[in-house]
Amino acid sequence: MVATALSVNNIHKSFGSVEVLKGVSFEAKSGDVISLIGSSGSGKSTLLRCINYLETPDEGEITVSGEVIRTVKGKDGKLVAADKRQLEHIRTRLGMVFQSFNLWSHKTILENIIEGPMHVLGMTRKDAIGEAEILMEKVGITPKRDHYPNQLSGGQQQRAAIARALAMKPDVMLFDEPTSALDPELVNEVLLVIKKLAEEGRTMVMVTHEMSLARDISSEVIFLHKGLVEERGAPSQVMRDPKSARLRQFLQMA
Amino acid sequence: METISNVIGFLPALIKATPLTLLLTAVAGIFGLVIGTLVALARLSARRVLSMPAYVFTFAFRGTPLLVQIYLVYYGLGQVLPGTWVRHSFLWPYLRDGLWYAIFALSLNQAAYNAEVIRGAIKAIPRGQIEAAKSIGMRSSLILRRITLPQALRSCLPVLTGDLIILLKTTSLASTITILEVMGTARMLQRQSLLIFEPLIAAGIIYFTVVFILTRIMNVVEKRLTRYRTAKA
Repeated sequence: MVATALSVNNIHKSFGSVEVLKGVSFEAKSGDVISLIGSSGSGKSTLLRCINYLETPDEGEITVSGEVIRTVKGKDGKLVAADKRQLEHIRTRLGMVFQSFNLWSHKTILENIIEGPMHVLGMTRKDAIGEAEILMEKVGITPKRDHYPNQLSGGQQQRAAIARALAMKPDVMLFDEPTSALDPELVNEVLLVIKKLAEEGRTMVMVTHEMSLARDISSEVIFLHKGLVEERGAPSQVMRDPKSARLRQFLQMA
Repeated sequence: METISNVIGFLPALIKATPLTLLLTAVAGIFGLVIGTLVALARLSARRVLSMPAYVFTFAFRGTPLLVQIYLVYYGLGQVLPGTWVRHSFLWPYLRDGLWYAIFALSLNQAAYNAEVIRGAIKAIPRGQIEAAKSIGMRSSLILRRITLPQALRSCLPVLTGDLIILLKTTSLASTITILEVMGTARMLQRQSLLIFEPLIAAGIIYFTVVFILTRIMNVVEKRLTRYRTAKA
């Protein structure tokens, strides 16, 4: 039996009076690639950000490699993380790649990559650099190791950001629209890296507008609509023969 | 011609007093930076018990003249302290000296100005960079130390440098409470020589030279530390 790497259970989230997520659940077994698709405002990015508690869900449960993020009910009845240290530990198991890269601008590419391994995982500088070199090679950013983020193109920055996330050796990678902020001619170089990771058997959850990517590498596609799962299944089924009229309409537009 | 030779004649005494001016600048500059950073963080805190006092502090120190602050500290504290346990403590020999009151007032004043600058710089750091740090499991103290402060302090370095140079010139106010730094020495030379302008001109030359050198040094430091913003692809 393949182990469950990530389980997302009944996630609810509101911003003010707007209910963005109304109870969403899914599971990723080790090696699964799950694509969250849907129109803007469907709650897919919020759902992804709830997984590592960049947004705290109001209700529901996140389990990473068998460990539940412990929560308590706050005064307003909404959840808060019960144990900061536990949350920080679980976050090290979840690598996140952002739409806008979010590299630390005062650090070089190498420094960006070794920051977490050294200061969170406690690796020595030498070991961290050794592993960073392998990762930089893998994402094709080696020539830029001593450059600062603002000297790089968007595609290069995003590949560096992927290396930074991988450096923590996470159990699950989270991608939040990783190519949406890129110029069209730079999208492909990032897609290739993501595909490579999928082929290696990494567990990944990604929010994406790249329908061809979702079709090619996903084990499951989840279509969100107004904070609920409208349709889910294997990409061959969901994307070729959608049951829901909304998904059909969405796929035509995309 | 006599004026020029008089001015030159005053220079050695003023050069001797320059280390004290530099000491005041350095100590108040460092305290101002450290306290200013703490005050900036307090002002940004969500807790009112921290943000309110920090707000009052900056408002009070930026809203009143430094000379008033120096006098209040020197005459105020100087009057209160002898009546307390401090009079008999090991601190007293130091506290009789005006220097400490000057450092105290200059540091707090500098802190108030630095705090506002640093607060703005912290707020300007893109949220995404903080989220990226959280996402790899960094705890908030580590984020502050490794991401937020290094970037905030670098981005406001030009303003902090400007404030440091203003501080250097402001230390001349310490002369009003008996401290013989460059300005205090110049005033002493005025009294001794009964010349009004020459000691002042000599003091001006000293200040100008020190500011010139300091500006040059800070330019180099700035360039090094902010390479990440200016480096070309």
